[in-house]
Amino acid sequence: MASTTSAARYPQPPQGLGRALRRGAYRLAELATTPLVPADYLDVFNPLRPGADLRGRIEHVQPETADAATIVIRPGADWAGHVPGQYVRIGIDVDGVRLWRAYSLTHGPRADRRISITVKAVPDGKVSNHLVHRAQPGTLVHLEQAAGEFVLPPDGGQFLFVTAGSGITPVIGMLRNLFPVADSGAVRLDRSRPFDITVVHVAPSEPDSIFIRNLRALDEAGLINLVARYDDVHGVLDVDELAALVPDLHERTTLACGPAGLLDALQRHHDDKGLELLTEQFRVATVATGEGGTVTFTQNGTTLEASGDRPLLEEAEDAGVLMPSGCRMGICYSCVLPMREGSVRDLRTGEITTAVEGDGVNIQTCINAAAGSCQIDH
Amino acid sequence: MTVIQKKSDNPIAHLSDADIEQIGKELDAIRAEVIASRGESDAAYIRKVIDVQRKLELGSRAVLLFSLFPPAWFVGTAGLSVAKILENMEIGHNVMHGQWDWMRDPKIHSTTWEWDNASPSEQWKHSHNELHHNFTNVVGKDNDLGYGIMRVDEDQRWHPIYLAQPLWNFINACFFEYGIAAYDLELGKAVKRKTLKTPEFKAKAKVTLRKIRNQFKKDYVVHPILSGPSFLHTVTANFTANLVRNLWTHSVIICGHFPEGVQTFEKKSIDGETKAEWYVRQMLGAANITGSKAMHVMTGNLSFQIEHHLFPDLPSNRYQEIAPKVQDLFERYDLPYVTGSLPRQVASAWRKVIRLSLPNDFLGRFNTNPTPLPRAAESEQLAA
Repeated sequence: MASTTSAARYPQPPQGLGRALRRGAYRLAELATTPLVPADYLDVFNPLRPGADLRGRIEHVQPETADAATIVIRPGADWAGHVPGQYVRIGIDVDGVRLWRAYSLTHGPRADRRISITVKAVPDGKVSNHLVHRAQPGTLVHLEQAAGEFVLPPDGGQFLFVTAGSGITPVIGMLRNLFPVADSGAVRLDRSRPFDITVVHVAPSEPDSIFIRNLRALDEAGLINLVARYDDVHGVLDVDELAALVPDLHERTTLACGPAGLLDALQRHHDDKGLELLTEQFRVATVATGEGGTVTFTQNGTTLEASGDRPLLEEAEDAGVLMPSGCRMGICYSCVLPMREGSVRDLRTGEITTAVEGDGVNIQTCINAAAGSCQIDH
Repeated sequence: MTVIQKKSDNPIAHLSDADIEQIGKELDAIRAEVIASRGESDAAYIRKVIDVQRKLELGSRAVLLFSLFPPAWFVGTAGLSVAKILENMEIGHNVMHGQWDWMRDPKIHSTTWEWDNASPSEQWKHSHNELHHNFTNVVGKDNDLGYGIMRVDEDQRWHPIYLAQPLWNFINACFFEYGIAAYDLELGKAVKRKTLKTPEFKAKAKVTLRKIRNQFKKDYVVHPILSGPSFLHTVTANFTANLVRNLWTHSVIICGHFPEGVQTFEKKSIDGETKAEWYVRQMLGAANITGSKAMHVMTGNLSFQIEHHLFPDLPSNRYQEIAPKVQDLFERYDLPYVTGSLPRQVASAWRKVIRLSLPNDFLGRFNTNPTPLPRAAESEQLAA
């Protein structure tokens, strides 16, 4: 790749003479590898080395249910670690095409420095189906550092997790960190004592429930209080039932992760009762469709007709524009580009953002669709 | 050769408008088939080529650190020549065409790639992708025809200066990367129009000069210094590798559009040209080279120049598989699919360069029987 796009990175800045020597050596290597950069050659031999773009290698794929699997990844040397409940953005080549998605990290930090994500294959989900059914150990994936605010406060407290489907994954990460499972069963650590946790987990049916055995084991060991709900047995959960399912609901801080419908209902319910709620949503819920328009990428020179119900990011990628992207669900802001002129509509809220000539309004291309003609600075 | 519109035996005279539209549809279908099946194995192919190229380049440069010893000089120079050819042809040229953009890998993408060549990628992409590939073989619009310095067509008025064009062509071949850089910079035009001092030209020239300086430093300063006592031998090794690469790329490229049988077109003939007519112009304006699999890789699959000109942005590793379908189309519509072995096509191109260095009627006195159009179907089989 071009030297203009790859920042020179020094592994650990050494001091004094050593530092000067290393800088000199690096400069020499740059001169010797132009028009590429030294990293382009080093990556051929060790893509996980310190200083490389962050990548990882799939080590193990563990099936969890018929359509879910845990992917264990050895991250590159520069992986900075994570806090349970955070997610990681992963770029993986599916049919030769690099696609990025965000997944919750299912383990807390592990002694062997591996990380894992648990993925449920969703219908028509290109990446999730690839990861669950076709991913092979040894595959190189591309990573970003862990991110996300959906984490437990370290000092403990009383919490209620409300999770639906694969919404359990960030919660499993937190629980595994609090209550590591040894051969003899789950272990209660001193640091975990201040946590009083109830989990209300919803799934369509019992066999579809990811991690249900882990949750039950923790429940049987008395470490958490589990309320498992299956749509085919109990009917679809009504948030008004929560007070009955969790008698001490008002004493707990609720953390919820699941589809937009459940989270919206919980938000209304908790707002009415004045209860604290922290949510994490992992799928874009489309609420608004607009008229679309002609979108011009001013630097790239591409002009395309974008529809009003698809994100600009996808429209641009289909037109061959190399777009910055990340979570594709409006969380990570790595797809943000300045809009010089035009209107876009937020597909989640229907909110319209408008820029007039001379503006540089930053918009998230992954959750905004054209609502008129737009000029994007890219 | 003369522009197709003025020829007595115009090779498309027998085609109706409906025929041309049908050819366009069939070619669109071939393209759609490749795009639908483009995937993991194609991605693995280009990554493999890049991997091999980088290892070969590093290995060869490492061997050349000891270029004082003749065997090291020969092995290192040979390896580096091959690495440089792969880098320019199968990798650089094709990546910058956007053939691999669909992978969405920012490290293998037309917008980020920079190649081991004197011409900066941005300028090359403009003159090559936008001008040459759109205006292929249109006299006066496609400067790749003789790079603006040669007489490439009977219709071009002869001048005694063209007597030197065989020599000029040879010098251009030896220093081809600088020729391309000057051409992409539109240096000739700037001299003619006296725009050398304009800020636009100066800005472009600065970019080119910086690129040349960096390339030069790598091959003729840094690598030789690292070679210590082998300094001079490494200089000659790098010079030789660049020379070999230049001669090879020049040969492959003149085989693409120069051999006898390839057609040129009038400027006004492309006014209002449809997509199908554009396809037909590409079909007649390019020539292939037959050879082994290794040959195709070393030419960056420009040995399938016809297929490349029809579909410049399809992955190069797929040209070979569609070539029989394309050739079949040529045969069904009775069009000349020009192809031949590398020596034959190079000789044909050089013959033309020499013939056109002389006035039109000059050769007629010696040669009353001009070279017939070669037809692949009759004379040569495509390599498997």
